[in-house]
Amino acid sequence: MSQSEFETNLNSADSAVAVFERDDRTFLSNVRNAVRNYPTLVPALVLIVSILIFGIIAPRFLSPGVLSLVLQQVTVIGIVAIAQTLIILTAGIDLSVGAILVLSTFVMGRLSVSYGVPLPIAIAAGMAIGTLMGAFNGFLVAKIKLPPFIVTLGTLSVFTALKLWYSGSESIRNSDIEANAPSLLWFGEAAARPFGATITYGGIALILLAAVFWFILQHTAWGRHVYAIGDDPEAAALSGIKTDRTLISVYAVAGLICGFGAWVAIGRVGSISPISFEEINLATITAVVIGGTSLFGGRGSIPGSVLGALIVGVFTTGLSLAGVDDYWQMFAVGNLVLIAVALDQWLRRATQ
Amino acid sequence: MKNITHNLEPVLQAKGLMKRYGTVVAMNGADFDLYPNEVLGVIGDNGAGKTTLIRAISGATAPDHGVIELDGKLVNFHTPDDARNAGIETVYQNLALSPALSIADNMFLGREIREKGIMGKLFRKLDHKQMETFARDKLSELGLLTIQNINQAVETLSGGQRQGVAVARAAAFGSKVVIMDEPTAALGVKESRRVLDLIQDVKSKGIPIVLISHNMPHIFEVCDRIHIHRLGRRLCTVDPKIISMSDAVAMMTGAMEPPPEALAAK
Repeated sequence: MSQSEFETNLNSADSAVAVFERDDRTFLSNVRNAVRNYPTLVPALVLIVSILIFGIIAPRFLSPGVLSLVLQQVTVIGIVAIAQTLIILTAGIDLSVGAILVLSTFVMGRLSVSYGVPLPIAIAAGMAIGTLMGAFNGFLVAKIKLPPFIVTLGTLSVFTALKLWYSGSESIRNSDIEANAPSLLWFGEAAARPFGATITYGGIALILLAAVFWFILQHTAWGRHVYAIGDDPEAAALSGIKTDRTLISVYAVAGLICGFGAWVAIGRVGSISPISFEEINLATITAVVIGGTSLFGGRGSIPGSVLGALIVGVFTTGLSLAGVDDYWQMFAVGNLVLIAVALDQWLRRATQ
Repeated sequence: MKNITHNLEPVLQAKGLMKRYGTVVAMNGADFDLYPNEVLGVIGDNGAGKTTLIRAISGATAPDHGVIELDGKLVNFHTPDDARNAGIETVYQNLALSPALSIADNMFLGREIREKGIMGKLFRKLDHKQMETFARDKLSELGLLTIQNINQAVETLSGGQRQGVAVARAAAFGSKVVIMDEPTAALGVKESRRVLDLIQDVKSKGIPIVLISHNMPHIFEVCDRIHIHRLGRRLCTVDPKIISMSDAVAMMTGAMEPPPEALAAK
């Protein structure tokens, strides 16, 4: 090894330069590392603690019936939150998920109820339309390089207008669906009733879908690329990831999930209405953020978002059982969001 | 100024590269040669077009005109992936690592290994174990291993350690050429020393290296030949054993004409 003169004393210096070791071991940094390595830890703890607290405040809350009701209430939000998580992981945001969801319900409903199209084809068409709308968002984000917020703010209006036009501003009634295409309501049916709880097929679908996308994100190259793009898009591109193609696929898959969520939503609500699910955009973002996924991308998880949706469900149901007014429920959920974002900032700061 | 490497065919060669950004000419007929088994230093003043040249041969920028040949065969790089597939690995100044992903994930970013059998084929499941073992082997090959956890996020590493991961990644996959852009710019004295040793380690594996740096002592220490870039093109190549540091800087800044034999040698 040749050295410059000024470096001659280096030989006597500590040679452990590039030793990989944990830098600090204080209590706080251990907590921080644990949270960073297991990002779902916090929402999981918050969920358990909040269930216990509401169980004390409103004893009726801890019954299987009420707890399963919470799961039913968050089924659709949870499924759409999975789509939202994928997009937020790439440092994007999707304000159009609600419009995609409802437009897809109308494609399924109209085709099967009004036109008598066989149900599998009607459902496939609804999911295809959802995918197409998502891919359109992705195209604008990846190829035209527009900010996701602006893109989906625009397509929110575009898709909402299409929804109103296609639906003729009319609902499809429950009795019409039951008469012509009863299987559209399947996800709302009870799969099991253990101990007075009601587990719907929709609730099971949410858990299975979350498991599938957890696997995809953790154990496939596509999943790793989603994280890398959200983390540092330039580094991802220089590492040989086809960022444009991956981004478009993320938005398209999100649209597909919304399309599937449309089927579940029909079962949950029992009818199809153009003014349903108008608050789901913000509700899913709330769930994702409370679930520990960073709005800056590259950090977060699918199980976290499902837990986030459940936390919101537990808070609203628990508070209303405790006799608290609606606006204080909103107040509580809003504070949860702020705490979650502050926590994310604290985790990030540790890395810089 | 004789240079024995000139008897060999260049591994990587570029001729007459041109690149404009609007009215700015970043490359104006730039040439480039890299011979087997050498460390080639590339120096030039800020704005001389070094970065654009490097981006062109690593596939990150497509030149407007000119040809690039690898092992005498014409290549056409449109993306960094094209260059990587051809065996050219680049350690970028910003390292191109994903901070929140693990060391193993980062080493295999964009070229992940799938599991064998049905899990890999049908469900496209990644073989985490194999990738981790490989990453650990490569890091210890370069003497970077006293690693506790290969699944540690890159953001928890120090600057020198991150550089080590980026170099290990390039050395592990670069079969033809390894390019390093300012690998010591952000590092302290000891960490710089470690990276310079890494360069020798990679060279001893028989892979030629292109080293871009502003640090003259580093360039003169590890390089076999120095490519001086000025005003968007190669001014000359010089032998660091013959020419002095101050002369190299003078040529680079235009304060001194290159010796005629150095011009002929390009």
